Amino acid sequence: MSHVALALALGLAGGVLAGLFGVGGGIVFVPALTLGLGLAQLTAEATSLAAIIPVVAVGSYRQHRSGLVDWRSAGIIGLCSLVGVLAGAEIALRLPEHTLRRGFAAFLVLAAAQMALRASRQLRTVEA
Amino acid sequence: MRRRAALAGVGSAAGLLAALFGVGGGIVIVPALIARGWQAHRATATSLAAIGAAAVFGTVRYAFDDLVVWRDALLIGLPAVAGVVLGTTLAQRVRGPHLQLAFACVMLVVAGRLAW
Repeated sequence: MSHVALALALGLAGGVLAGLFGVGGGIVFVPALTLGLGLAQLTAEATSLAAIIPVVAVGSYRQHRSGLVDWRSAGIIGLCSLVGVLAGAEIALRLPEHTLRRGFAAFLVLAAAQMALRASRQLRTVEA
Repeated sequence: MRRRAALAGVGSAAGLLAALFGVGGGIVIVPALIARGWQAHRATATSLAAIGAAAVFGTVRYAFDDLVVWRDALLIGLPAVAGVVLGTTLAQRVRGPHLQLAFACVMLVVAGRLAW
């Protein structure tokens, strides 16, 4: 498959998974970019952030129309994320490729654990 | 004031995750808001809007170091918009704990492949 076709397919599949499981796009995009398209870890992460923007823009617009977004709070959280972004980038730029990759893998394990916990809680409520 | 300080803390943590791992940070924002008594729907919607800012900041920061592959970002991000709409519609029918457990297992396998 050509690079373009593969990227388009990964984007579509990633979006479906993100919507289906309520996870952010990034958690699917980063592995798609590294394992699928062969990008280096930090390049994949930077590209993933850019790929998230259209997804979040459309998602926020839909949620805004449903009247669910608290824009004041979102504004405070969003503005303050700049502090974390600047600090995180300084760290990420200094870490070797394999350390960053393993760090992301550990993050993925935590996200999987969180999802499994949520699922098992639902199973218990269904049974009870 | 305390409420604002808490939101500021959540935002900084989300930004840190965004820059370190290339994710939006919803994974910390949503549980943090719910823990502060927010309804899940409102927390998710507000988190989504906040993530937009974190993603833009992260993209701009990494663009300075020439790390963003714009072509791939577009190729992935644009079809993903359609995918998310499809996925959320699908979620109302098929989403269940068993499917979530299966996806958690897939995430573990991917984590293993990345770590090696």
